[in-house]
Amino acid sequence: MMQPGTKIRTVIVDDEDLARQVVRELLAEHPEIKIVAECANGFEAVKAVTELKPDLLFLDIQMPKLDGFEVLELIGAEMAIIFATAYDQHALRAFEVHAVDYLLKPFGAERFEQALTRAKQRIGGKLPPASELKAATRAPGEYSERIVVRDGTRVHIIPIAKLDYAEAQDDYVALASEGKKHLKQQTISSLESSLDPARFLRIHRSYIVNLERVTKIEPYGKDTHLSILSDGTRLPVSRSGFGRLRAVLDRKG
Amino acid sequence: MHPILGYPRRLGLYLIAWLSLSELLFYLVSYHSGVGKLEAGIFFFPLCLFYAFVCLSAWYSCRGIPLEETSFTGLLLPHLLAAIIVGFFWAFVAKAWARGLSQLPRFQGFEERIGQNIPLILAIGVLLYLLAVALFYVLQAQEASREAEQRENQARVLARDAELRALKAQVNPHFLFNSLHSISALTSSDPKQAREMCIALADFLRATLGLGEKALIPLEEELSLIHSFLAVEKIRFGARLQMDERIDEETLSCMVPPLILQPLVENAVTHGIANLTEGGWISLRAAYSPEKDIVVIDLDNSFDPEAPARKRGGVGLTNVRQRLHTRYGTLASFSVEKDSQRFHVGLVLPAERKAVPA
Repeated sequence: MMQPGTKIRTVIVDDEDLARQVVRELLAEHPEIKIVAECANGFEAVKAVTELKPDLLFLDIQMPKLDGFEVLELIGAEMAIIFATAYDQHALRAFEVHAVDYLLKPFGAERFEQALTRAKQRIGGKLPPASELKAATRAPGEYSERIVVRDGTRVHIIPIAKLDYAEAQDDYVALASEGKKHLKQQTISSLESSLDPARFLRIHRSYIVNLERVTKIEPYGKDTHLSILSDGTRLPVSRSGFGRLRAVLDRKG
Repeated sequence: MHPILGYPRRLGLYLIAWLSLSELLFYLVSYHSGVGKLEAGIFFFPLCLFYAFVCLSAWYSCRGIPLEETSFTGLLLPHLLAAIIVGFFWAFVAKAWARGLSQLPRFQGFEERIGQNIPLILAIGVLLYLLAVALFYVLQAQEASREAEQRENQARVLARDAELRALKAQVNPHFLFNSLHSISALTSSDPKQAREMCIALADFLRATLGLGEKALIPLEEELSLIHSFLAVEKIRFGARLQMDERIDEETLSCMVPPLILQPLVENAVTHGIANLTEGGWISLRAAYSPEKDIVVIDLDNSFDPEAPARKRGGVGLTNVRQRLHTRYGTLASFSVEKDSQRFHVGLVLPAERKAVPA
């Protein structure tokens, strides 16, 4: 539990000034809470959370640049999170990412206090590991249209169409896009499940490739092949990967 | 109504068909019995014309014995019986006509020569009657399928009406909730503005309420709806929302389907402005083109090209496109374009001035 005397360091993220104002006002009655930052978009939120490491985060979902779930994907779940949004269709997903509570706008003091009480119980208590969180951040049957990557406090957005391939590197994946590689803390299997299987294929234990980039497949060794991408990159194709690749390419004609 | 007697064009076609039959008959008979061609023609032409009208009566027995609900024998027996009776009647008339004609000097001995052919005439008469029966059954089936098609069309129109009503009622609930949240924020910090926002919201809701029953409203009314919508959004987004409007005076009285522009403006706000950290602009133009008598409406907004496409926006655009198509068919056009900075929606509508009853 919390040490007496320490304040709960809180960040408020909402693109609407008036919406931040409501939270600020409701928090004013709680001297144990200290607002350390207010952010109006996803980029600011990632930066503020990475630098300030708050205990509590009030997070809107629909925002410029990054939505609330993308922010969460980049910062991990090392703090208590309370979503505040007018969109009730995200509630299920919010609880899947272990949010403390989900406030539907407009909300009043009573409902807000409930959420705050739950947050205080969570702070200092057991938090779910971050890896568990990432797998759950997307609804089934829905695929990413872009991938967000954090590099320190900077955020890169890679549209799916610009992702050439991904390579597993220990606990990370290296995402190759437009000649650059971006590292993201994610397993390659979790990345695979977030990508549309009609556009991306796992060709190897360590590689996922954008099917549009594949120009040629050459035999290489006894059981393996090499796929050659439009920029000349050569990626190994395992035996089972070759079977899958051939099936997909045959279907496309 | 009789399907042939009731329609002069069909009757004409029917008689022409009979005429060619009568020609066939008289060739057959004159070849067989050595009757002169002219004589055979004079004999057969009125006879066939007469029989053509006799066969029209087959319609009534066809109507009495519907094809779908009768067994094969139940169908065959009465028609065959009728065909034989009518055939005999025709043969009798033919014989009487031949006798009458043979009184004339030119037709000496005509009756005897025709007499040999009476069984042939009888057989052909039976056959022709049966053909007429078949023809009426075909007409009946055609009539039935046309009726079914008409009903289907009507159902489609009704379904479309219902759909339109539903589409029109689609005021985004998120807009409502977000606005109420802003009002609740303002109640403590700026009660005066909270009241203003309440009033703007009420204006917008009131304006949308009565629209369900109207097929068309003046553009001016749609614009005032948009203004009250934007008045609410301006309080929410503050300086982030810049609106620029240029409306031709002549277009204000033109009739448009209600809520045809508001969803587009709402899209521009939620998918354009709301995704831009520094805010953005919306530009609305309405121009009247006197040569073609059309209204050209252009709606542009800035947007973040990196923002992922949202599904709801696509639905909104599809709805507007569908409603325009339902109302105007090919007379209206709808286009969507985007480049790296600008999202453009264009509408072209025929300029209608007077209210058209729904």
